[in-house]
Amino acid sequence: MPIETASGQAQCPECFADVTLTKVMQNEITQCPGCGAELEITSLEPLTLSLAPQEEEDWGE
Amino acid sequence: MNNPKVGVLYSRVRVEEKLLFEAFEKRGVQLDLLDDQKLIFDITDVKNHPYQDYDVIVERCINHSRALYSLKILNDQGVKTVNTALCADICGNKLMTTSALAAAGVPQPKALVAYTADSALEAIETLGYPVVLKPTVGSWGRLLSKVNDRDAAETILEHKETLGSYHHSIFYIQEYIKKPGRDIRAFQVGPETICAIYRTSPNWITNTARGGSSSNCPITPELADICTRAAKACGGGVVALDLFEDPDRGLLVNEVNYTMEFRNSIAPTNVNIPDRMVDFCLDVAKNGWNAANGWSGDAPHLASISLAEGASA
Repeated sequence: MPIETASGQAQCPECFADVTLTKVMQNEITQCPGCGAELEITSLEPLTLSLAPQEEEDWGE
Repeated sequence: MNNPKVGVLYSRVRVEEKLLFEAFEKRGVQLDLLDDQKLIFDITDVKNHPYQDYDVIVERCINHSRALYSLKILNDQGVKTVNTALCADICGNKLMTTSALAAAGVPQPKALVAYTADSALEAIETLGYPVVLKPTVGSWGRLLSKVNDRDAAETILEHKETLGSYHHSIFYIQEYIKKPGRDIRAFQVGPETICAIYRTSPNWITNTARGGSSSNCPITPELADICTRAAKACGGGVVALDLFEDPDRGLLVNEVNYTMEFRNSIAPTNVNIPDRMVDFCLDVAKNGWNAANGWSGDAPHLASISLAEGASA
């Protein structure tokens, strides 16, 4: 099953800038070029950005 | 096995996951993405579960706890995984890693464990200042403390006991190694050390997640030998090892990471790390864990505290 991706624009929930996204996946992490916030793609249709979750104690490698 | 079915257990799609997905897709495998935020396991049913059709499931969770429990459940259900629950159990906890490396005779910095602030202070003064206090579970250099004197030791121990969860009262105290402004991150895939980088930083914490810069580190026979022995001691598989260069003792293994990040290491090493990871995963799918690791009669018999059984998929 090919991995589903989408391209287009979505609004940064932190600074409301339009962020251009190219071939992004659901749950992909990106950064707002305007304010630097770490963002997560939470929907491909429509393309939607949310603030990425805060780091938790057991996160890592 | 012409068209294996591969699952990737993940939390977030970072650069590493995207590169892995692309590498798997190029091989023409049946690839399923398993979002750990949506998973529900029936852990009482080991016969009729939705994962029995997978030839291998690759773990890329960002939470150690989710990775560990998912791998344990899958291995007990008879599903082959990369890495195994045993590997995650050992590598995800610095105390467990140190103990496993010690049992296998792999050189490492000296480390002491104590359970109270008083005994931890005694342990610190036995090692001599400076020492490094580390949480047993954690990554990316979080909550590491370089303790330079008794005043700092008393303060940090009190804070950890008072403010932390019970995990923070398992005091893991490591000898401070005067490294030459850098450490080594080496990548082990089964029996082979495929590449390594130097991580250079003016800070005593050299993680690239904390701003350390990376450059290629040649794989010497000494480096390959210690990495291969350390990986085997920790259950094998695909792991990233952090090593110090001690001026007197040579290479010492500091940590072994089982859900390795590699985005900053492909360019300096010119090694296609995700492609090599895919090779290993498909080898496990086809030939099993021991064969992919190059083990036959010498497969390690590893004891683990929390997850002792069923992890030899």
